[in-house]
Amino acid sequence: MPTKVEKDAVSGTETTGHEWDGIKELNTPLPSWWLYTFYVTVAFGVVWSILYPSFPTGPNSYFGGLIGYSQRGELSASMAEAAAAKAPMVDRIAAAELEQIRADADLRNFAMAGGRAAFGDNCAPCHGAGAAGSKGFPNLVDDSWLWGGSLSAIHQTIAYGVRNTNEQSRASAMPRFGLDGLLTRTQIDDVAEHVLAITNRATNAAAAGRGATLYVENCASCHGAMGEGNQDVGAPRLDGRNWLFGGDKASVVQTINTGRNGAMPAWAERLDPATVKMLTVYVHGLGGGQ
Amino acid sequence: MSLFLKHKKIETNLVLMAVLTLITVSIGGLVQIVPLFTIETTIERVEGVRPFTPLELAGRNIYVREGCYTCHSQQIRPFRDEIERYGHYSLAAESMYDKPFQWGSKRTGPDLARVGGKYSDAWHVAHLIDPRAVVPESIMPAYAFLAGKRLDVAGMADHLRTLRALGVPYSDDMIANAATDMVAQRTVDGDAAGLQARYPKVPLVAGDGPVPTEMDALVAYLQMLGTLVNFSAVTPQQLKQ
Repeated sequence: MPTKVEKDAVSGTETTGHEWDGIKELNTPLPSWWLYTFYVTVAFGVVWSILYPSFPTGPNSYFGGLIGYSQRGELSASMAEAAAAKAPMVDRIAAAELEQIRADADLRNFAMAGGRAAFGDNCAPCHGAGAAGSKGFPNLVDDSWLWGGSLSAIHQTIAYGVRNTNEQSRASAMPRFGLDGLLTRTQIDDVAEHVLAITNRATNAAAAGRGATLYVENCASCHGAMGEGNQDVGAPRLDGRNWLFGGDKASVVQTINTGRNGAMPAWAERLDPATVKMLTVYVHGLGGGQ
Repeated sequence: MSLFLKHKKIETNLVLMAVLTLITVSIGGLVQIVPLFTIETTIERVEGVRPFTPLELAGRNIYVREGCYTCHSQQIRPFRDEIERYGHYSLAAESMYDKPFQWGSKRTGPDLARVGGKYSDAWHVAHLIDPRAVVPESIMPAYAFLAGKRLDVAGMADHLRTLRALGVPYSDDMIANAATDMVAQRTVDGDAAGLQARYPKVPLVAGDGPVPTEMDALVAYLQMLGTLVNFSAVTPQQLKQ
């Protein structure tokens, strides 16, 4: 190959010396800063492969690197460090009774902060970021409680949940009076009128009167003779202004027809005992705690 | 300089060029392929991971079809902040029957790797129908139409058979009962004993209508995510890579 390096007249750059059919190629090398950066990255790659886990050495082994790095090892170290930093307070909370946590300002402050963080992640999707709830998901800032608003009742509800597969879950079932044929359509309408009548909102006095008997037979054992509810079975009050699934007539009719059985997970299965306690104190402190 | 000028020899000799190209490409291929020979050591030996039930599998297909993965990852990385929020970091073993896996790195919404059991079925249904009804600050689109779409129950056995060809260990029993299992995972449809024997830890969903809908399937899928491995019983040795 005729390799005759010459200087190009137009650009003043040297050619590579190659020539194909009269076409010559200018020799424009990579900028040296680029080239040396490239060499450095290659060297970095080699050093990295020696220091860190890099390459399999057999079907069940690999080269682990000279400094013995492991991401999972680093993780357990950082988890242990964080746990150690929180341990003085968390251990006290784990050992204390709920009432003690509430009475002690330090413990209460720590529990409110920890409970708030845990609430935001675990509870807010259903109960709302401000714990005001929504249709079907109870409000936790008022003083109306389905299963009780004392510290111990709240703790029980958070730890074991409602109507789930946990053995200690709170359980009860509102029957599907319409779907299962326990009451006819007219009877449901009558009972709904009676339920509205408890809060003086009946639209049909005659129907409400017929519904009163049906109410005593079918509803009063859980919801109480005067609609005062029963926290032992999670039966809501029917004599107030709080209606979890709606208090207008259509909603009440639907509730009687299909039953309502809201469920809540057992958080003791996912969270540690201290976190459940902190959540309890937090929820209790939102305003409605008894 | 002289070394660089020898490329004329290569460029004018087709056989030599082909051989050298093959060698160069093989190096790249080996670097990618050889680590796969160690796949036995990269999948952790943990108990409990099972194939999806037919209803969960249908839900997973809807998850992929609706592009849920474009906003939700299913991969908890081994960092403290992720573990404190989402739970134990994800294992390769947990995705071994997930074809393709739904790991992802894009989180417009939260990670879903362990969302199973975290919320109630009723919440999932309410949230899918109208996310802002339960989470006012949410920007997730509504998927209310899922509640009205029936599932293809009859075609499920073929689906399982296809996955078995790809290495998912569906037994003959599972394939034969695909259609009944799909229906039985809804509590409204009664007897789930066979389903529970074939698929341990199966979450039963309430079901929102007379026939299994896409809503039922998606809720069943979401409720099983990340629930199969019992981490309190896992030893560090099993997680060692």
